[in-house]
Amino acid sequence: MQITVTVNGAEHVREVEARLLLIHFLRDDLGLTGSHWGCDTSNCGACVVWLDETPVKSCTVLAAMADGHRVRTVEGLATNAASEEGSGEARGGGWGAGGGELDPVQQGFTECHGLQCGFCTPGMMMTARWLLDRNPDPSPEEIREALSGILCRCTGYENIVRSVLWASKHEAAGRASE
Amino acid sequence: MTADGEAYGPVKRKEDGRFIRGQGTFTDDIQLPGMLHGAVLRSPLAHARIVSVDTLAAEAHPRVRAVITGQTLHERKVAWMPTLSQDVQAVLATDKVRFQGQEIAFVIAEDRYSARDALELIAVEYEPLPPVVDATRALDAGAPVIRDDLTGKQDNHIFDWEAGDAAATDAVFASADVVVAQDMLYPRSHPAPLETCGMVAEFNQVAGQLTVWTTSQAPHAHRTLYALILGLPEHKIRVVSPDIGGGFGNKVPIYPGYLCTIIGSMITGKPVKWVEDRSENLMSTTFARDYHMHGEMAATRDGRILALRARVLADHGAFNGSAQPSKFPAGFFHIFTGSYDLRAAHCQVTGVYTNKAPGGVAYSCSFRITEAVYLVERMTDILAAELGMDPAELRMKNLLRPEQFPYTCPTGWQYDSGDYPRALQVAMDIAGYPELRREQAEKRERGEYMGIGISFFTEGVGAGPRKHMDILGLGMADGASLRVHPTGKAVLSVSCQTQGQGHETTFAQIVAQELGLTPDDVEVVHGDTDRTPFGLGTYGSRSTPVSGAAAAVVARKVRERAKIVASAMLEVSPGDLEWSGGRWQVRGDPEKARSIAEIALAAHGALELPDGVEGHLNAETVYNPPSLTHPFGAYICVTDVDPGTGQVRIRRFIAVDDCGVRINPMIVEGQVHGGLADGVGMALMQVIAFDSGGNCLGGSFMDYLLPTAVECPSWELGATVTPSPHHPIGAKGVGESATVGSPPAIVNSVLDALRPFGVRHADMPLTPANVWSAIQGRPHRSDLLTS
Amino acid sequence: MQVPAYVEYEKATSVEHALGLLAKFGPEARILAGGHSLIPMMKLRLVQPETLIDINGLSELSYVTVDNGRLRIGALTRHAQLLDAAAAGAHFAILHDAERVIADPVVRNWGTIGGSLCQADPSEDLSATFAALKATMIIRGPGGSRTVPAREFHTGAYQTVVAPGELLTEISIAIRPGGGSAYEKVGRRVGDWPVAAAAVAVWLDPETGGTITDAGLGLTAVGARSFAAAEAEDFLRGAAATEASYAEAGRIAAEHCNPASDQRGPAEYKRHLAGELTVRALRRAVRRARQQPGGEP
Repeated sequence: MQITVTVNGAEHVREVEARLLLIHFLRDDLGLTGSHWGCDTSNCGACVVWLDETPVKSCTVLAAMADGHRVRTVEGLATNAASEEGSGEARGGGWGAGGGELDPVQQGFTECHGLQCGFCTPGMMMTARWLLDRNPDPSPEEIREALSGILCRCTGYENIVRSVLWASKHEAAGRASE
Repeated sequence: MTADGEAYGPVKRKEDGRFIRGQGTFTDDIQLPGMLHGAVLRSPLAHARIVSVDTLAAEAHPRVRAVITGQTLHERKVAWMPTLSQDVQAVLATDKVRFQGQEIAFVIAEDRYSARDALELIAVEYEPLPPVVDATRALDAGAPVIRDDLTGKQDNHIFDWEAGDAAATDAVFASADVVVAQDMLYPRSHPAPLETCGMVAEFNQVAGQLTVWTTSQAPHAHRTLYALILGLPEHKIRVVSPDIGGGFGNKVPIYPGYLCTIIGSMITGKPVKWVEDRSENLMSTTFARDYHMHGEMAATRDGRILALRARVLADHGAFNGSAQPSKFPAGFFHIFTGSYDLRAAHCQVTGVYTNKAPGGVAYSCSFRITEAVYLVERMTDILAAELGMDPAELRMKNLLRPEQFPYTCPTGWQYDSGDYPRALQVAMDIAGYPELRREQAEKRERGEYMGIGISFFTEGVGAGPRKHMDILGLGMADGASLRVHPTGKAVLSVSCQTQGQGHETTFAQIVAQELGLTPDDVEVVHGDTDRTPFGLGTYGSRSTPVSGAAAAVVARKVRERAKIVASAMLEVSPGDLEWSGGRWQVRGDPEKARSIAEIALAAHGALELPDGVEGHLNAETVYNPPSLTHPFGAYICVTDVDPGTGQVRIRRFIAVDDCGVRINPMIVEGQVHGGLADGVGMALMQVIAFDSGGNCLGGSFMDYLLPTAVECPSWELGATVTPSPHHPIGAKGVGESATVGSPPAIVNSVLDALRPFGVRHADMPLTPANVWSAIQGRPHRSDLLTS
Repeated sequence: MQVPAYVEYEKATSVEHALGLLAKFGPEARILAGGHSLIPMMKLRLVQPETLIDINGLSELSYVTVDNGRLRIGALTRHAQLLDAAAAGAHFAILHDAERVIADPVVRNWGTIGGSLCQADPSEDLSATFAALKATMIIRGPGGSRTVPAREFHTGAYQTVVAPGELLTEISIAIRPGGGSAYEKVGRRVGDWPVAAAAVAVWLDPETGGTITDAGLGLTAVGARSFAAAEAEDFLRGAAATEASYAEAGRIAAEHCNPASDQRGPAEYKRHLAGELTVRALRRAVRRARQQPGGEP
């Protein structure tokens, strides 16, 4: 079947099987490997992307269900990101490289050491961005609850909470320029 | 750089840039032209003879390119492979299956969905056999023999091992005022990194070159093993570890799926990708722990701990694949003497086979030190309860004193340095210990139950001196090579392998510190056997103690070489120069100084160099550590327990760590945070359980539960710094400390809460059911479900 | 990650269209709503439907309204929508109690009420919740709509009365004054399926608030028939709203359920929880009923 999905602002028309999971469509068909997968049972949250305005576990959504809808992935988190399709190129170290202005959530994770291996990070950030859009001044408890569906094995969560708090206090101050 | 030219400090991580943009390159992100996809068929039974394997229907699937069976591998003489413990493991089963989830066949197809479909087209006929699931029954007379592939094997016994002085220990016990004894289980768990294991293999038939991109914590060791197993020349093998989504020991071994992927590429002539799913990861890759322990502690009436005895039954699964230095089949368990001044100690460990996945050493255990610390810290609390003594007071009375270091414990470990009482006092101050005890007393009056649990641990990391420590004959040394380019930028190549620990930053800091550069001036190269020196990789918290030392040593070699070039530049003798403010400077004349960048340009320039001095600032080293390092810590956990439901809430967790010199305190704290969360998981919810049929009940994250942000409190950290006297920069390593120290703190806390109910001990995981059952006096065993 | 077997796919554009597709593709077709019960089962290949009928576009089935003295919940309502719906929480706090402990916030964005009820897992939190509230399910088929009381909706583990050609469209609950409700759940961890849970709805006498005039008791994951504790309800009707009554109700509820030992705990423990959580839910429900004369806060 043919589906049309707008991902990070760009429209993609593809021929897919109905059973193709959205996470595989994004990663394998579109080359957007920033979203990950880590389990079989919708528990780990490494696959969280936005379907229209809400984060969903894209391992539990068919690509067909996104037909006619919008998807936002971590590659679309920065504003005016240079490319929507993954190029697979290394973008270099530090956070002065790459296109687009980093979202305060992305900045917060770097400021507060909110990531170690980076595997859960896209899922955490996409969920945090949604939380802050609905609740601009969350308490640490609200942050923990909002992120309770995303597992992290490295950070013990403390610095992730601090990263989201940092982002909540730096939204109005504007974005870091590249 | 921080003030005073110090490159150590909370430098932001250089590697973050790609990850926050979703531009990391993990194994499953790799796509190569013409790449095929593999899937593994796994046994549904724990113990069975294989009668037949019929792959015809699978091979006929239009998108399937090849199907590999045990027979295919047998013909290539790779149906079995060596394990890291001098045993052998089936790559694809030929005669029998020996654990649920064991590899039977490997399908290679054009896409991953077709590979998965084709698995259902393989017909396997099994003849079920009775499984051995309870390790305590594995040595019963008449127990089914699992390893009948080993010539002459008549039982499920693997090894016996002991350490310490049994006679001296018995003598102390015989005359002691007080002896307490306790059985305790450290249940089977699993490291479960968020990224599962996998590989992309490309065998170039014309060049005879194998390249693999794979989740490996030890790429060089893997390369050597592939050479030995496959008979390929080692210089024609390249192992690349791309970004790794967590390792925790899970990515140390070589797994059958890797070999099948490589052979699949050889057979099809195309790149092949195989990435396991989560159930495969939990059911077949290296588990952790599963130590059935019996501990005994002897003491005086007034609370002097005299001696410790332990007997352990170690469940190793169906193949002995635990990963530890070859002379230590029980790892470093004999550091169970802990942090106290004991007169004597003795431990004995027996390893057995069961019909479960192989492994045992994983999940940040520091080679079984998690088990050792759990035993001694639980025994200490049990002794405190027996004596009616406060557990903090008991520990303070028995902790080793600073003047006793370096200290050789009764089982032979030499602890390098430490001020233990100070660390415990710092933890108690942060916690407000006396106030907590007052609160506890008040709450007990009202029928509310809170607990305060302490754990004091001594780690042993940085394996290790090559004469004592090797894995499969490969000495546990690690290399580093450093090149400084003409414009003063440096490239450090290391053999260790980050899986999130931040090496691209911390190792840059080490070199920057030694050479007066900034961390941004230093690029760290890792994870590619073509570009890095040989070494045994990252696990057991060894990166900082071993590779970190290598980085400092190689930077100092470069600095010494630079000194000679600087002396030529400044027309003085090298003896007139001193290293000051990040430059070689004429002693007493700060105007006459040269930075490394200036020296590098001169080294590669036209400057006349002294005889015998070559024009470069490069160096290499292989660091053979003289000894282990011994980080330590004092942890205090406060819990609230609801006896009506058995639910436990962790209210506070105070962690004071001493890992020697801290290169990057921000990264150190992150490592500690992560390990503390491991403790929450193991203490309260994690177990890979089995039923009596050998069915694995922990094959998904619905049942193998991992802690979320909700169960973890806001960690309260403290630090003391006692440099290691033998490490070039005084650093000790910290990656696993919190995983080692936290479970006993939490368990001690819960049991402290339950003291009014007369509960002396309860095994992990302390799920609500287990806590409630313990309160009723009818403990519930959750690692083995009998129907 | 595991992946589903091959399946065909149709997108429904209306409820009528969906029913037509169900008729056309027969019993091997399955309704696809949020998919958060169905797709995990398909990935593990525990179910292998031939055709999926995607009803996510049927916005007419997504609503939470108060209408004619009833709270009406469309079957396609997402868990997150129900949790966000002030009207639902105002009339029946138990709905928010339960939703708050179902899965995690991201899963709640997409999973639906109807999907969860039709999955009919014995550990499904909403089944006991609606049993306690004595809700009514509306099921549409080719011949029109029929209503089924919540306690007759489930016929066994993973089985409901929704026939292959039918679609659950609505769950509705009668709103009565003087009520209070609560849900108490024990899980091994946040987001876990319950080890056991109790769902309570009580109505008190309007003069003193001292007597329970009516009660609905639901139990999750302990093998309670129709997810309800009918014997305990009988005891509570007319009983004084006191600790002694709660304790007795808990005892009766525990006696009449049928838990099984499994990884979450031994049967003895689950039976204990059935009683303990009934008591705690009763305390909270009564407190809520008393907080305002007209009902819940």
